[in-house]
Amino acid sequence: MAAEKDLLRFLTCGSVDDGKSTLIGRLLWDAKLLCDDQIATLEAESRRIGTQGENLDFALLLDGLQAEREQGITIDVAYRFFETATRKFIVADTPGHEQYTRNMATGASTADAAVILVDARKGILTQTRRHSFIVSLLGIRHVVVAVNKMDLVGYDREVFDGIRAAYLDFAKDLGFASITCLPISALKGDNVCAGSAAMPWFDGAPLMTLLETLDARSDAAALPFRMPVQWVCRPNLDFRGFCGTVASGRIAVGDDVVVPASGQVSQVKRIVTFDGDLDRAEAGDAVNLVLADEIDVSRGDTLAETRDRPEHADQFSAKILWMHADPMLPNRKYLIKIGTTVAGAQINRLDCRINVNTFERTAATELALNEVGVCDVAVDQAVSFDPYAVNRGTGRFILIDRYTNATVGCGMIEHALRRATNVHWHPETVDKRARAVLKGQKPCVLWFTGLSGSGKSTIANLLEQRLHALGRHTTILDGDNVRHGLNRDLGFTDADRVENIRRVGEVSKLMVDAGLITLVAFISPFRSERQMARELLGEDEFFEVFVDTPLEVCRSRDPKGLYAKAFAGQIPNFTGVGSPYEAPETPDLRLDGNAQATANAEAVVNMLREKGIL
Amino acid sequence: MIAFRDRMAREIGFELLVHINQDGVARGINPFVHGSALHTDVMKTEALKQALDHYGFDAAFGGARRDEEKSRAKERVFSFRTANHRWDPKTQRPELWDLYNTRIGQGESIRVFPLSNWTELNVWEYIAAENIPIVPLYFAKPRPVVDRGGMLIMADDDRLPLRPGEVPQMRKVRFRTLGCYPLTGAIESDAETLDDILAEMRAARTSERQGRLIDHDQAGSMEKKKQEGYF
Repeated sequence: MAAEKDLLRFLTCGSVDDGKSTLIGRLLWDAKLLCDDQIATLEAESRRIGTQGENLDFALLLDGLQAEREQGITIDVAYRFFETATRKFIVADTPGHEQYTRNMATGASTADAAVILVDARKGILTQTRRHSFIVSLLGIRHVVVAVNKMDLVGYDREVFDGIRAAYLDFAKDLGFASITCLPISALKGDNVCAGSAAMPWFDGAPLMTLLETLDARSDAAALPFRMPVQWVCRPNLDFRGFCGTVASGRIAVGDDVVVPASGQVSQVKRIVTFDGDLDRAEAGDAVNLVLADEIDVSRGDTLAETRDRPEHADQFSAKILWMHADPMLPNRKYLIKIGTTVAGAQINRLDCRINVNTFERTAATELALNEVGVCDVAVDQAVSFDPYAVNRGTGRFILIDRYTNATVGCGMIEHALRRATNVHWHPETVDKRARAVLKGQKPCVLWFTGLSGSGKSTIANLLEQRLHALGRHTTILDGDNVRHGLNRDLGFTDADRVENIRRVGEVSKLMVDAGLITLVAFISPFRSERQMARELLGEDEFFEVFVDTPLEVCRSRDPKGLYAKAFAGQIPNFTGVGSPYEAPETPDLRLDGNAQATANAEAVVNMLREKGIL
Repeated sequence: MIAFRDRMAREIGFELLVHINQDGVARGINPFVHGSALHTDVMKTEALKQALDHYGFDAAFGGARRDEEKSRAKERVFSFRTANHRWDPKTQRPELWDLYNTRIGQGESIRVFPLSNWTELNVWEYIAAENIPIVPLYFAKPRPVVDRGGMLIMADDDRLPLRPGEVPQMRKVRFRTLGCYPLTGAIESDAETLDDILAEMRAARTSERQGRLIDHDQAGSMEKKKQEGYF
């Protein structure tokens, strides 16, 4: 396209009453960017549901969802598109309430600049600090602080100067490349598209001019070359190309590239596109790279510059913003999407939680919705990345819940962790198979899950006697017993329950390595952790046995008197009472907890025969 | 429009699957008798759901853009639908950077809108730059129309039952947007070429969906339709 105008993506942040939507409406109105039918609709709606009396309610231009219009607030991110003589703009209008922090982060993730609104009457508030923090967290480098409602403070210069000084002071550690403050009235139009007769003391440019001239060009092309491979294109035996969008840097035919996963180096032979071959390509271009050598590259690998390589590790430290109502629990398994890789991942450690309002760091065991923490992340496979602060294109990831597929968190990588790199696997000469052969059996884990009092331990004990009689080598890991030893440091919070099961999963894996048939009797209330345990073992080594006993039956049995205490409120977080039990959806075996324990043990023996274990 | 579609299928060589809600046909659902809302629901929304269920597609691509309409401005590029094809704007997944979460559960499906961040003008600039063939109805020429409440409805065959005293007039019109007949109004225009259209667009003082009758049924009508499964 000829003479393409450049594009500035910016977001506006402020709280309900700061006049954010009004400001965007005013920008579009004054710049004459509204269409006649939109104006007619706006006039009609302003009269019907507007909040500005006889005047136009510009906020109605943006609040698109019915709930938003009814409540007069912005819930979700709205995008607006406009174009002036010099530039194209995409503005993300984001909600300001603390409960919508995640929505603001979403808008910020693709923005180059942020317009932060401050109410001149109120000055710097908690929310101003929060908005600035999130803008900084998501890597936006250019900030415009629009001190709005100057008309309500008599266009007083001292008010503006005070807010300006206060903002510059608290934002000095947020890493912004530029901060521009300006006094405006979105309602009256002062310093929005034109200057302000009421504020002759202000000699800066109005907001629109600022946005048209702000140099927030993405410098992605100036960074080292990175391209996550999206697809290996192999239409026939004579062609093998690696497709993807260049995430950063430039590439030309003849350049060396490295695959960090293997360290293999090759040269770019061709850069193929739909419109023919190119000599060179840069950040943002979608290309198909043909290399000179046959090297091993798959989807998820990164092609990178040889002299300045990305980190390649399976553990890293990252700031994570949690975006889901179910809290983030360390050691729970999630899916991570980073570049074009999707893999299993967990938070090994939550270093600290960062208060988004005060920036204070405190110890924490979990992250709730809209909370930010510094975490050690472990991925099931090594991945290539750069620190987010250095390369916004390759240092970011999202976390996905494995059951609901919801996007539950987003992360900005700080640096790789070396601890895994320097601990290498010690090769074993006598292995699991050899140990099992000596015992003449197939080792496996029988994982009994069910409510307290469902009969897990009873059935497991009877089963162990049966197996022992059959000459099998067994061991049993019982929830209560393990909590007296290995796990005595753990309590019953969700975070501790996850760690409890992680340890037992690891121990049962060691037992299977030792060649034993391992009976695990743990309540193990969460699906995620049972799945984690399953994944530690081989496909035919893990059998989930659901002891399905209704809560009322368990409660009436109450062998340890725990239900009585729990229902009396004396035991918090008791499974089935104060803490949830997620029943297996497709267990390998479901036992009716009302049946005889001996019959149930026999049912497990039968299953083991069917599965070829016995 | 249909001739154009069939020709493109032939030229490009893709497999064209056509689905019509036979139940709606059997019931004689017709916008003139039943109104635009019911017609859209039965012949577009229901038909689409039937086709998606029939073929079991995981994803359906659409050309919707955020600049078209306010509820669309809030929609994700990867927009998820329940097994019943419902859209729930309150539980949309956050969509950060270009990291799209494309995972779905059993029975769920995705509506994908790759052009979300394009504007109407961008589309025309791209059509011009890449020389993309388009439906002739987008170009102005004299066509018989009737004026109904400011909407110019084309009346070049006997599908449109004329009201008493209504006589189609020849006017030079084109369509800025093409929905299903006759729910899309034409605009008066002299734009006979792509360059004319681009010039007209740059000077436009009305938005594109002005010509879409269904948007005006009730306030928030697009959001409601989308929740029910409309594309």
